[in-house]
Amino acid sequence: MPTERKLLSGDEAVAAAAVDAAVHLGTGYPGTPSTEILEAFGALGGWAQWAPNEKVALEVALGASFGGARTLVTMKHVGVNVAADPLFTAAYTGVTGGLVLVSADDPGMASSQNEQDNRHYARAAGVPMLEPSDSQEAYDLARTAWELSERFQLPVILRMTTRVCHGKSIVTRSAAESPRTPSFVRDIPGRVMVPAHARPAHLRLRKKLDELKAWGEASDLIVERPGGRALGVVSSGVTARHVREAVPDARLLELKLLHPLPIERIRTFARSVDRCFVLEEGDPYFADEIRAAGIAVEAKAPEYRFGEMSVDRVRRLLGLDTAPEPLPTKGKPPQLCDACPYHPVYSALQKLDCIVAGDIGCYSLGVMEPYRAMDTLVAMGASLGVGLGLRHVLPDAEARRVVSIIGDSTFVHTGVNGLIEMVYNPPKTGHVVIILDNGTTAMTGQQEHPGTGRTLGHDATGKFSLEGFARAAGVENVDVVDPVKDPAGFLSLLEGRLSKPELSVIVARRPCILAAADIRAWDRANAEKCGGCAGEA
Amino acid sequence: MGRVVNVVLAGLGGQGVIKASDILADAAFRDGRDVKKAEIHGMSQRGGSVTSDVRFGDEVLSPMIPRGEADFVVVCAASEVEVVRPLVREGGLLIPPDLVDVKLLSDRRSLNVALLGALSHHLDIQDESWIEAIRAALPPRLHEMNERAFRLGRSAAAAV
Repeated sequence: MPTERKLLSGDEAVAAAAVDAAVHLGTGYPGTPSTEILEAFGALGGWAQWAPNEKVALEVALGASFGGARTLVTMKHVGVNVAADPLFTAAYTGVTGGLVLVSADDPGMASSQNEQDNRHYARAAGVPMLEPSDSQEAYDLARTAWELSERFQLPVILRMTTRVCHGKSIVTRSAAESPRTPSFVRDIPGRVMVPAHARPAHLRLRKKLDELKAWGEASDLIVERPGGRALGVVSSGVTARHVREAVPDARLLELKLLHPLPIERIRTFARSVDRCFVLEEGDPYFADEIRAAGIAVEAKAPEYRFGEMSVDRVRRLLGLDTAPEPLPTKGKPPQLCDACPYHPVYSALQKLDCIVAGDIGCYSLGVMEPYRAMDTLVAMGASLGVGLGLRHVLPDAEARRVVSIIGDSTFVHTGVNGLIEMVYNPPKTGHVVIILDNGTTAMTGQQEHPGTGRTLGHDATGKFSLEGFARAAGVENVDVVDPVKDPAGFLSLLEGRLSKPELSVIVARRPCILAAADIRAWDRANAEKCGGCAGEA
Repeated sequence: MGRVVNVVLAGLGGQGVIKASDILADAAFRDGRDVKKAEIHGMSQRGGSVTSDVRFGDEVLSPMIPRGEADFVVVCAASEVEVVRPLVREGGLLIPPDLVDVKLLSDRRSLNVALLGALSHHLDIQDESWIEAIRAALPPRLHEMNERAFRLGRSAAAAV
């Protein structure tokens, strides 16, 4: 039994839990702050792979789970939006092997386009949700999550936040389980969600949740920490740690099970104290449900919905510190690396005064000085659809300036759908899409993706061709160029494509400066491994 | 109960701020303390400001250091010194990058470890814990250079 204490990040702790829980398969899409989970799982010898996007990842995990295997699916909070379609119906079908979906939320938006609070997903989809407050709990609750998933035959969401994912604290692992052998047991009414099967499945789901709620009320996932009766606090996750530090004498009800909410435990707790305060990061998820159950509690002022919770904020919320909240320290914003291959692309877009529908990745930094060359950024893959919408309605002279730019990994993620739309509903002025292909998922720390032709562990595998896909989809002009080698040529190519009422894709291919040396080393190693058969890569 | 020691490490993306905080957290851990560490990575890796909080003691609760409660703030970039000064508590110490003469470093990229050396002068963490943490965090070819940088930083702090 491994009892060694280790200093681990929350992400690494989940990976260790996956190994010890004998998880067969881990899959996901890179996204801060979740990315390191699958990398660590792979490094520990787990079967870890990147999917093109979160929806596919969840579907692969669900299939494996139907086959009886334990699975892990990881993504950042906005990734759950992409995976939401299968998630909601997976709650109906249920699972056979335990399925744990990690939703890594980013309160304060350290590296995200919104600060959505994914606790709402648990209630909306009807699945259990657990939340750890440090790395040890990330380990322990992940282990519990696989057990719960199998006991109630439901997918379980392990909700983490940036501070828990990237924070480090001490972890002791517990006994490892032995893997079981997957096998298929047919269950047509349970897994084929035609309406006649789905109606009873929905009833089954609500019954499971009632059972889970009864179990949860009495479980050790609700922790009461003793304190005086003057103040009681209901909290969860890292916020509960801030509370313990800010008001060590308060009585604390710490929720590790966020859905279904143990409302009777909360009712009893609220009665046991003179003043009951609900302290949570993000939306008033606890406060609204607790008040709806007729329990009188105080909750935070609306301005504390924004940003992260902290010891300072807890003190302010409880009236222990009445000074106005200081502005956060203002440091230097991030920027494109000096040797980034995208400089000539942004320079050209700026020179031609393009209207730029942008996308998510390092290249969003093109919005900064000196280029200011991005006009929209909404969601993964949205550059295609948004660019097309602008082209459709703007007067011709303006429409002809519209360009969509998207990174290689983002294009594979959800840009492909937009490209199909472009071919199907072409604007009358045509359209120009630039795929910024730096050969890696750069922003999240240089992960592989289907377009690199290497697996999560950097071994050679099938390679999705960006230009091949564009040609096969029916795009008229498909060019592959190196913008660094010939910036003037790139500028004139772009100018030429913009002047024609045709559909064009320009793949601007040049490896990320931070990844280039690694990419060369991996390709060399792979070529040696198979005696030159990877020659064309 | 031993008081919790709060250290903020600050600088710009690419300077090894996170690496330095990993080494400090690991050294305190090897020394038998409870440790928590928090930081933001992501966008900040692209040359922007980076800070990392390391807290150690008998029991650490929140991973984040309340503003104005840092005992030590170690700064790797001159441009960040004034930005992070408000994080230092009254009577706390800010260790600026120019405490160490970079010309004396065989590679200026070891400034992060040199400043840890300066910090170590003020902390009650055993030498072997520091050295083991440095070796665990870096590839063998960089050990000697970084151990030299660590000692250089420590003597610089002792000389102040």
